[in-house]
Amino acid sequence: MSIIKLLEDFTTEKLTTDASSRRDMFGSLGSLGKRAALAAVPFGLAASSSDAKAVTTTAAAQSNPVSALQLALVLEYIEADFYARALDSGVLSSYPKAEAVYMQISKHETAHVNLLKGALGDAAFDAPEFDFTAGGNFDPFGEDGTNDQVAYAQLLILAQAFEDTGVRAYKGQALNIQGNPDILTTALRIHSVEARHASEIRRLRGMKGWITGDERGAGVPPIAQAVYVNEDNTVQGGVDVTTLGDGSPFSFESSTEAYDEPLTSNDAGNIAALFLS
Amino acid sequence: MKKQKIEVSKVKGRGRRRFIKTSGIALAGSSLLVACFDDEDLYGGNDGPFDLGGGDLGVLNYAYALEQLEADFYTKVLNGNYWSGANEVEKTMFQDIYNHELNHRDFFKAAISSVYDEDEVLPELGFDFSSVDFNDRKSVLETAQLLEDTGVKAYNGAGKLITSGDYLVLAGKIVSVEARHASAIRSVLGDHMDDFKFFAGDDVVDASGLDGAEDPSVILAAAGGFITTEFTANKLP
Repeated sequence: MSIIKLLEDFTTEKLTTDASSRRDMFGSLGSLGKRAALAAVPFGLAASSSDAKAVTTTAAAQSNPVSALQLALVLEYIEADFYARALDSGVLSSYPKAEAVYMQISKHETAHVNLLKGALGDAAFDAPEFDFTAGGNFDPFGEDGTNDQVAYAQLLILAQAFEDTGVRAYKGQALNIQGNPDILTTALRIHSVEARHASEIRRLRGMKGWITGDERGAGVPPIAQAVYVNEDNTVQGGVDVTTLGDGSPFSFESSTEAYDEPLTSNDAGNIAALFLS
Repeated sequence: MKKQKIEVSKVKGRGRRRFIKTSGIALAGSSLLVACFDDEDLYGGNDGPFDLGGGDLGVLNYAYALEQLEADFYTKVLNGNYWSGANEVEKTMFQDIYNHELNHRDFFKAAISSVYDEDEVLPELGFDFSSVDFNDRKSVLETAQLLEDTGVKAYNGAGKLITSGDYLVLAGKIVSVEARHASAIRSVLGDHMDDFKFFAGDDVVDASGLDGAEDPSVILAAAGGFITTEFTANKLP
């Protein structure tokens, strides 16, 4: 199955799920199960197993550059649409620095969409409709009367979640595209740009540009914890890097900040699914 | 949050001791070989400059060289007057980056040593940052930007040279942190230039929204000015 089927599934689901029950889904991570299960299968990696760990190491996962690029395209569509609408909303007009930052990021995300569409050719698909209120939980564009200050804070929170997810999701596809050096290099070159974006958005929020432990940061709702799951890993290549030496470079904080962790296709797909309308 | 102990030393404690111990053994070993008139030693088998090697070993040693370079630079930053008098944001930023780079450096040393023979592991390099004024904010920030942008291009270019999936993912885990560093440093510089797009400026991200990617030969030629220990990368592109 393809991500196109995923998008169809969500359109169908929307018809049978009213707004209030979708809001309920935001109550806890646990209630994400149904939507998560829907999202997991169509990426073509979970067909024979519900164990995410097993899925990431299957042969299918090793040789599926198309599904890797399709996942990337969904994430880039989300970002491109988000930044364009943020700039159109007027919320940023009293925040000139943030507006300049969003303009630059918007330019990059639109370029990424075009790049991925070109690379996918017939396997590309049109942009789906996104719901950046995530079922009424946010009002980042101030469309529902939210004042600019609150909307601005939400714009930054969502951007942080999208960028940190993007960094982790591209990393999670490395093995799927390793067999194609050109695609791998292009993906790496996008990946580091996403990391530049993530760092700047975090700094706009008064945070560090890097992720400490699995902290999502002040103001980010618990639902977004999915973006940071396993970021607190300290074992790299079988080595617990906190044991490499003494002092601040080898503290838990430094040891987790120094390495960004990959996100599985399923986890990335689940996060994307939150914003499909 | 727990207050972190800030520890800055010119040379790291434990790793330094380990290195001295290791090089002591190596020295004793080679004396022994000379004493025995070992053919390989006499006829130059190990006499030339260290070569990074090919394949995954070569890429790992290459990354280790770059992380040594960055670790040395940030150690000097934290021992300089700019840093000690910097504002809290910049102070914390450089303290964090120093922490990350030392962690990366010692990680590569441990990772390479755990798989490859001792004589295949890049030795501790010497560096010359005399062109940098560590008492000057601009000099430090601009050099940091250069090193981080170069690191990003280096990892992006090296990805396709890696055959092990595990090492590829590890390189991915590190390169995005280098890009976060580059962005943060550029952001600080950009604020002072009134260029709020500088964190991912058009000078470093192209019209397709892509960061750079360069082969090791290009990177080493660019970074070589800071490295005083001679080594070769004959088996890398």
